[in-house]
Amino acid sequence: MKFVALLLAIVVLAAVPTFAQPYYITLVLPAFAYAIALLGFNLLFGYTGLLSFGHALFVAVGAYGAAVLSSKLGVKSLELVLAISGAAAVVAAIPVALLSVRYVRIFFGILTLAFGMLFHSFLFKFYDLTGGDTGIRVLRPSLLGMDFKELDKTAFLIGPFYYYCLALLVLLGIVMWRLVHSPFGLHLTAIRENPRKAEYLGVRVRFFRLIAFLISAFYCAIGGVILAINTGQADPELAYWTHSGELVFMAVLGGFANFFGPLVGAFTFIFLKSELMGGTQYWRFFLGLTLVLIVVLFPRGLVGVGMDLWSKVRRR
Amino acid sequence: MTPLLETVGVGKAYGEFVALDGVSLSIAEGELVSIVGPNGAGKTTLVNVLTGLLKPTAGVVRFKGQDIAGIGPVLLAKRGMARAFQLVHIFPAMTVADTIAVAVVSHTGRSLDLFGSARADAALRAKVRDVAAIFGLEAKLDTESRLLAQGEKKLLDIASAFALSPEVILLDEPTSGVASGDKHGIMRNVVDAAKRAGVKAIILVEHDMDLVAQYSSRIVALTAGRVLADRRPADFFGDPEIVAAVVGKLVGKLAKGS
Repeated sequence: MKFVALLLAIVVLAAVPTFAQPYYITLVLPAFAYAIALLGFNLLFGYTGLLSFGHALFVAVGAYGAAVLSSKLGVKSLELVLAISGAAAVVAAIPVALLSVRYVRIFFGILTLAFGMLFHSFLFKFYDLTGGDTGIRVLRPSLLGMDFKELDKTAFLIGPFYYYCLALLVLLGIVMWRLVHSPFGLHLTAIRENPRKAEYLGVRVRFFRLIAFLISAFYCAIGGVILAINTGQADPELAYWTHSGELVFMAVLGGFANFFGPLVGAFTFIFLKSELMGGTQYWRFFLGLTLVLIVVLFPRGLVGVGMDLWSKVRRR
Repeated sequence: MTPLLETVGVGKAYGEFVALDGVSLSIAEGELVSIVGPNGAGKTTLVNVLTGLLKPTAGVVRFKGQDIAGIGPVLLAKRGMARAFQLVHIFPAMTVADTIAVAVVSHTGRSLDLFGSARADAALRAKVRDVAAIFGLEAKLDTESRLLAQGEKKLLDIASAFALSPEVILLDEPTSGVASGDKHGIMRNVVDAAKRAGVKAIILVEHDMDLVAQYSSRIVALTAGRVLADRRPADFFGDPEIVAAVVGKLVGKLAKGS
């Protein structure tokens, strides 16, 4: 059942460019980006039990990585951009993680928030390096060595780039699925459930938290690269703390206790935000209201609601 | 023969307060040593020193001839000592099978197996089933731990410690919080399982003198951070003054009167 639903979702996503308007197709791209970022974010949050309020930092590292590599260093290959930006995020995550994983709950959250704000002000103030508030342009990359010169910007984004991102999401989704169901994943869950007991069963709690943190940073950076290519720009807003908050929002909206919850959250959030922004200037209010309602009424998120409905239907 | 686990002149002071003072004891293969004493006698501190959680302020603690002072729970598990807690320590949202598997994975050094499947691994599952069967939990393998009865949670806690294939296991009041009718069942189960699993020695921290008398091969009594007595059960219970010092006056009088 789960497998069929999944296959159906992939088929529908693959078919979107054939029937949807370009505007909506370009909306799916950030949803892909956030879905990938949230796969990583939720390894840390849903599986290891650490709620970060600073992961936009790594999304920004990915975005700026793409910007610097494409417009300053002339790197065209997207594969290379993804690998280097992802590696840069892991390197940036090491000191952050080393300090943060010594703490849990609110202290972990505050520390990651602080690091995120630090990075935001770095991007903002070091104008020569980062372009300050205007950021850095991101040039169109080549995909698997192909330039697609004949396509204009939108045609590139909603054509080859779209399918590239979908494939990336599926690939990274499979990798993450293996991770959380591996012996390693078992140890992460044990840490979330009861770190003290886990230690006595031979689980190196801090070390595993660190590894989970680094993997989450990598995934967030991949998401950041896609976001930056989609908008053609890397700017400091990506590292702003409200952006970290949006990651948390998406995870809670979809349901962080389920593997697919954050993915559903990413897609729902992007479309909800776009519709609300088009419909009312008070969109922030309605977004906030949605989150409140979800937390109060459906703490297991949209996927939780869906699973409850499904089991009711089956019992009839 | 070198003892499996020993302390020599171990002391632990917290500023002015002395929790342990010159404690020397040794535990050899085949023993079940009970540590008894009134509240505040230093039992918990001693157990924490023995399990490498606390570094003593004086003396040494050795496990298989190696200093284990303050090495911490992870290394301790690796060296071959496991611990089950007085208060039930479980992973509430994990199934019984996954809980035991956590220990099996770390014992077999597969913690960093990032892409293997924990569910489909036949060797891992077989070991999990074996351990669960010893404790009568094989029918509950797919049950979430939080849904178990209190006694079963306790058994699962102990079972997960056993899954580390330890040489020494430390049990902190294994039957507390369990209906009194079950306590002998649990103890017998644990002692049998230990024998079958190749556990070489058991350390038992226990208030229940009934259990201590029945299962110990030796009893170490602590009062005010010092070893008051280190005797075989018959000698221990044959000395009313010692029993009184450990369990309080009332039981002491009863022992005298009998």
